[in-house]
Amino acid sequence: MSEIPQRQAYGMALADYGAINPDVVVLDADVSSSTLTKYFADRFPARFFNLGVTEASMVNVGAGLALGGAIPFVNTFAALLTLRACEQIRTCVAYARTNVKLIGGYSGLSDYKDGPTHFATNDVALMRAMPNIVVLAPADNTEAALLVPIIAEHDGPVYMRISRAAVPDVFGSDHTVRLGQGTTVRPGHDVTIIGSGSMVGRCIQAADLLAGEGISARVLSMTSIKPFDADLVRQAAEETGALVTAEDHTILGGLGSAVAESLAGGYPAPVEFVGLKDTFAETGPDPDTLMDAWGLGVSDVAAAARRALERRR
Amino acid sequence: MHHHSESLIRDLQERARQIRLDVLDMVYRRAAGHPGGSFSCAEMLAALYFHHLKIDPARPDWPERDRFLLSKGHAAAALYSALAQRGFFPTEDLERWGHVGAHLQGHPDRLKTPGVEMSSGFLGHGLSVGVGLALAQRLRGPHYHTYVMMSDGDMQSGVAWEGALAASKFRASEVTVLMDYNGVQLDGAAHDIMPLEPLVDKWRAFGFAVLEINGHNLYQVLDALDTALEIHSMPTVIVAHTTKGKGVSFMENTAKWHGAVPSEKEYAQARAELKGYEA
Repeated sequence: MSEIPQRQAYGMALADYGAINPDVVVLDADVSSSTLTKYFADRFPARFFNLGVTEASMVNVGAGLALGGAIPFVNTFAALLTLRACEQIRTCVAYARTNVKLIGGYSGLSDYKDGPTHFATNDVALMRAMPNIVVLAPADNTEAALLVPIIAEHDGPVYMRISRAAVPDVFGSDHTVRLGQGTTVRPGHDVTIIGSGSMVGRCIQAADLLAGEGISARVLSMTSIKPFDADLVRQAAEETGALVTAEDHTILGGLGSAVAESLAGGYPAPVEFVGLKDTFAETGPDPDTLMDAWGLGVSDVAAAARRALERRR
Repeated sequence: MHHHSESLIRDLQERARQIRLDVLDMVYRRAAGHPGGSFSCAEMLAALYFHHLKIDPARPDWPERDRFLLSKGHAAAALYSALAQRGFFPTEDLERWGHVGAHLQGHPDRLKTPGVEMSSGFLGHGLSVGVGLALAQRLRGPHYHTYVMMSDGDMQSGVAWEGALAASKFRASEVTVLMDYNGVQLDGAAHDIMPLEPLVDKWRAFGFAVLEINGHNLYQVLDALDTALEIHSMPTVIVAHTTKGKGVSFMENTAKWHGAVPSEKEYAQARAELKGYEA
């Protein structure tokens, strides 16, 4: 497990990048102490705008800043950003293709203590259904930091979800990440486990469990959910013949759907989906206990892999 | 009062008349569109595009240009007429409004139509987008002014008031709102559907300088636009009292003509009235 929460890694990277790129401006909706854009605000107060609890307007102000040539990073909790400002994102960011970077903090169940109002469990589905928007779910702190300059330098709208919690470290400092490219985190030939965001570390732990049973599980990290590395998924389907998807999100419309869409055209293979099963979760005592309680545990991923293998036979 | 010559006023009146004639032709030809709210803002669009705005049709991306955001995107036909007359694209393009592959969409699309600064359609967005533009030019330059045209319906949306809060917080005097206050919306009179009054008090309470005018009187429109540029401590709203469907007797002040298409007979009558109409 990482020593600092993913949001802290993002906040620090954003502040550091602010020193390099004077075009970057940061907007937040009264939660900068939570998203940790306050690091940027402290260093670059003239380029930080706190809009208060006006998420819809904040997205539009971001669009205006982008029209004026700035590179706005627009931050609040992922659920508020993608739900309350959904139409602004559709009209003023996606349709108008303004160069706005939407950063949704508190992804999935990571705000365990505040309950389902604060959980973001359909943000990926919503953003994936918007033309023109890149959708990202970094697997760990390394990726969250690496993606800040990549997002800023990509010409067009981006949505990135960031966990409130500490997530398992997956990648070393030599890691590189590219939009539209998945990563094979671990080789394997019996089954493929495909994770995104905070689930990637759990997928690796599940592969460890399965190895003890003599099952060789490949693990893919799909940080870029859109554009999606369908070739990597198809290759895994051809070579292993059974797949599992794992996401801190509803199984409707997110990573699992992207995988199924990639395979339906010509690479049929059994796919098991790990994620929220069309339900609201509940408040919990800590992120890991809560994820385990709602079917997102390491043992859930391993069990799904066994089911996928069973269906292949 | 700022001095504006009679010849300028006459010229702008002719531009406004041409905007209305173009809108009528476009709506009739396409059998779709929004004549009522396009007619109510014709003088303001004429004043902006043929006198006040710092723009260059040969350089639609000129960095120093003023920005105009049509928050009431359903008046697209009026904006398209102004842009075409001003030379941003050929006037013949107006005939292909809404055709497959044409650059003129049902509502404005900044990626397709030269001179359209921002895509719009669903109401309420223009003011907060304008605040963003103001902040950008403050940080980065060059200096330009941003104009946002809003409607009764715009002002009923929550995001518009959020934008007003932001404009006030940032003392965005680089933004001027033109409120095309025609009092009629799709389903009926605004005071029946969702009352906005006392609107001037609301704008003042939200930290705006308010200029109240007759939006069809070009002397008043031009004077208010000049005055707004002299206010540097807060954003300005020009509350322009207008008549929905202005210029066509049977369209005036009726919700029916928010988004209706005239019959052949109605079209002929409307055309005749517009040809003879002067504000």
